[in-house]
Amino acid sequence: MTLANIWFFLIAFLLTGYVILDGFDLGAGVLYPFLGRSEEDMAVIRASIGPVWDGNEVWLITGAGAIFAAFPMVYAMTFSGFYLAIMLVLFGLILRAVSLEFRHRDTSWKAVWDGALFVGSLVPALLVGVALGNVIRGVPMDAQGNYIGTFLDLLNPYSLLVGVTGLALIVQHGAAWLAVKSEGTLHARALAWRRASFWTCAVLAVATSIATIVGVSRASDLVLGRWAGWLFIAVAVVGILYTVLQMYRKGGELKSFLGSALVIIGLAGIAAVGNFPDMVPARGTPEATSLTVERAASGDLTLLVMLIIALLFVPLVLIYTAIIYRTFWGKTKAGDADY
Amino acid sequence: MDAVLLARIQFAFTVGYHFLFVPISIGVGLMVVLSERRYYKSGIQADKAASSFWIKLFTATFAIGVATGLTMEFAFGTNWAEYSRFVGNIFGAPLAAEGLVAFFLESTFLGVLLFGRKRVSRRFYYVSAWLVWIGSLLSALWILIANSWMQTPAGYEIEDGKAVLTSFWAAALNPSIGPRYVHTIVATLITGCFVVAAVAAYYFLKRRHIAFARQAMLTSVVIGLVVSVAMPFIGHWHALVVAEHQPVKMAAFENIGDTQKNAPLFLFGWVNEAGDTTGVAIPSGLSLMLGLSPDHEVVGVNSVPPSDRPPAQLTFQSYHLMIALGILFAAVFLVAVVLHLLGRLEKARWMHLVLIACVPLSLLAINMGWMATEVGRQPWVVQGIMRTTDGVSPLVSAGEVWTTLGLFGLVYLVLFVAWLRIFLGIIKKGPEDVVEMIESEKAAAERGDEPVPAPAGAGR
Ligand code: HDD
Ligand code: HEM
Ligand code: HEM
Repeated sequence: MTLANIWFFLIAFLLTGYVILDGFDLGAGVLYPFLGRSEEDMAVIRASIGPVWDGNEVWLITGAGAIFAAFPMVYAMTFSGFYLAIMLVLFGLILRAVSLEFRHRDTSWKAVWDGALFVGSLVPALLVGVALGNVIRGVPMDAQGNYIGTFLDLLNPYSLLVGVTGLALIVQHGAAWLAVKSEGTLHARALAWRRASFWTCAVLAVATSIATIVGVSRASDLVLGRWAGWLFIAVAVVGILYTVLQMYRKGGELKSFLGSALVIIGLAGIAAVGNFPDMVPARGTPEATSLTVERAASGDLTLLVMLIIALLFVPLVLIYTAIIYRTFWGKTKAGDADY
Repeated sequence: MDAVLLARIQFAFTVGYHFLFVPISIGVGLMVVLSERRYYKSGIQADKAASSFWIKLFTATFAIGVATGLTMEFAFGTNWAEYSRFVGNIFGAPLAAEGLVAFFLESTFLGVLLFGRKRVSRRFYYVSAWLVWIGSLLSALWILIANSWMQTPAGYEIEDGKAVLTSFWAAALNPSIGPRYVHTIVATLITGCFVVAAVAAYYFLKRRHIAFARQAMLTSVVIGLVVSVAMPFIGHWHALVVAEHQPVKMAAFENIGDTQKNAPLFLFGWVNEAGDTTGVAIPSGLSLMLGLSPDHEVVGVNSVPPSDRPPAQLTFQSYHLMIALGILFAAVFLVAVVLHLLGRLEKARWMHLVLIACVPLSLLAINMGWMATEVGRQPWVVQGIMRTTDGVSPLVSAGEVWTTLGLFGLVYLVLFVAWLRIFLGIIKKGPEDVVEMIESEKAAAERGDEPVPAPAGAGR
């Protein structure tokens, strides 16, 4: 196990953590106009993610920082290569951040902030998957590791399919969260959305799997040819079965939310195994241009120092995260935003 | 316009914008800690209302700080890809560490400040206020380590056209981090003190919330006086480090052409077309300041070829504006404290207006400081080893940057208007009837009653 390989897995860990945690915030934001039928329901939805969204978003910030430090070539290539897409994600996250904080302070611009919360959640939830699709599929690169395609090339059918699947995954995860946190009619509607979006996501996931086997056999061969690939497939399958079981049981909301997290771990693991040892494979340009873990990695000293920092602080981060979720445990009430 | 210039404009605009909110977050963050401490000790309603008021101002600003900070985190990869490849080994690490060490702390406990009043104990809430503030100080530390490394690189060597880390401690504790960190934090505290003092001044002007304003005013002008008097000394320390490690930048600050003894120190001036300065100067002042002797030789910008010199006028003016404002701020706080001692601060309307005007001026000073620091480093993005023009993303087109620059202009303008309305709205509304509460609590205390414990849900 080289240091660079350890960092590959740490980054996969951070980004998976991001999808699990910020995934439900983004999903709740996408569902906000559909589920928030009354002022009170809207307040509950916002308050259910209010105390945690910022900490959840830091998983992305730290993931991006870790890619910068550990694999500078990957950071440079993806962020500059997917320029407009990344910028749209950024604007989405900016709108989401301010809308959540400003909405209850600023009733005269209510409609603006409500719209910002929806758009600001939808755009990242969709585009993160599109970016992942492109990374799995591979992109054309020059010898320095610059992306040489266009913006429209990124919107290929395969990547769009991954994007829509990701969106459905996030929406069902958000609905699962709202089912845990809400009561009454909001709870009933969240459950209905949760079931519908779960099955939509399942169908899309099957389609994505087939598209991967047919169109990106490099990735599917790697998954099916490795024990780790089978391990994550097993995790995903167990997650799906458990989710379905709990989704139809009364009082199974929390367990089905955890099941959904397990599904995300499984799918993210499959994606990581299917790419390793590439970080970003080349497509249509010589294979030597691929950004592999070894080629893209920083110097060993950087990786070592960062590993020490991560070993010291990741446990602390997990502790704070546990504290905050415990503090805000239980059903959210509309008046929770008062301070 | 070419893509390089556009990328620079975009970076300067977005980071300058981020840094309008950062100082208010860090500065008012101190007030949050202090006022929450009061409430933690006293347990009375008035202190809770005061603290909640500062928390509202703080969180409204913090939200924009978070949103615009995200832009900066992405900016290196999106617009400065070559730069990121070249320095990622060293520069990425503090950014990642900032996330792990600081942002998680800040953002998690911010959740408690925002939503936890009714859920957690007074003690836990007070500790959370501290943790958020400590988080913001740590975040400033890591990002300034990254920035300082660009100014005074250390602990690295160049291998295969990349900077590779050879010593973590040498890189992190590079020569300029000490003065830069202290100088920047003190600058944010100056801004924070002006914000707090301006709020108090506004209530004095309007004759509302007087008891609350009295307390806020006193705290802020006293802390403000201490930090603003310290500032010239800290700035001096900073200047010595610049002169030692970035002598051409120091020369550009004072527009010194040829290397010379008896170098003057300008109070203000204008760089004319011939490249000389006209203005008011202390003869031999710079030599005295840097070497404690008029015979001290100061390196001039002509010691390097023209292509290695920073833009003269912008560097000179931004540096001198910062210093002039710094001296003004110390004077303002001094006069305010004197007026307070004479018991006249509450009545001095003109002083209230001055304090309010100092809020935008202190943000101007802070941004001028950064302008001097960053423009004075040009044409280098990493002093002496990489030029700014070599750092951009080679394949991001001018059209793409125009698009995003337009979007940033639009979105940031809307955010600014929204923030200002909310911020001023909170101030206008004011803390919850503190006067009444203080009066009734005082009366109760005089009667010898126990302080009234806070009922759940009060204090909004
Ligand atoms: C001296 C202080 C300082 C400086 C020079 C910068 N920042 Fe900043 N930043 C902060 C001080 C700060 C802060 C006080 O910690 C903020 C402001 C409000 C907040 O939420 O935290 C913050 C927020 C903030 C966030 C959001 C964190 C969150 O979600 O909680 C990010 C990603 C960055 N910053 C990144 C940057 C980058 C990449 C910078 C350099 C170009 C930068 N900041 C300059
Ligand atoms: C928050 C306060 C800061 C402000 C207001 C600021 C301002 C500026 C300005 C005005 C420039 C343009 C100089 C020129 O092109 O002539 C610049 C350049 C630059 N700064 Fe900063 N800076 C700040 C902090 C930082 C930090 C903390 C970093 C890194 C961690 C940084 C990295 C850079 C880079 C990479 C450039 C080169 C790009 C360019 O020339 O525009 N800056 N900055
Ligand atoms: C009063 C006398 C002051 C002196 C002598 C002074 C000196 C300096 C010097 C020499 C630098 C450049 C450092 C570099 O290029 O690396 C600097 C930067 C800076 N100054 Fe000042 N300064 C003063 C007051 C102020 C005030 C009042 C503020 C804001 C309220 C301020 C904010 C800044 C900031 C934000 C920077 C950029 C960050 C940094 O490099 O530390 N300064 N100052």
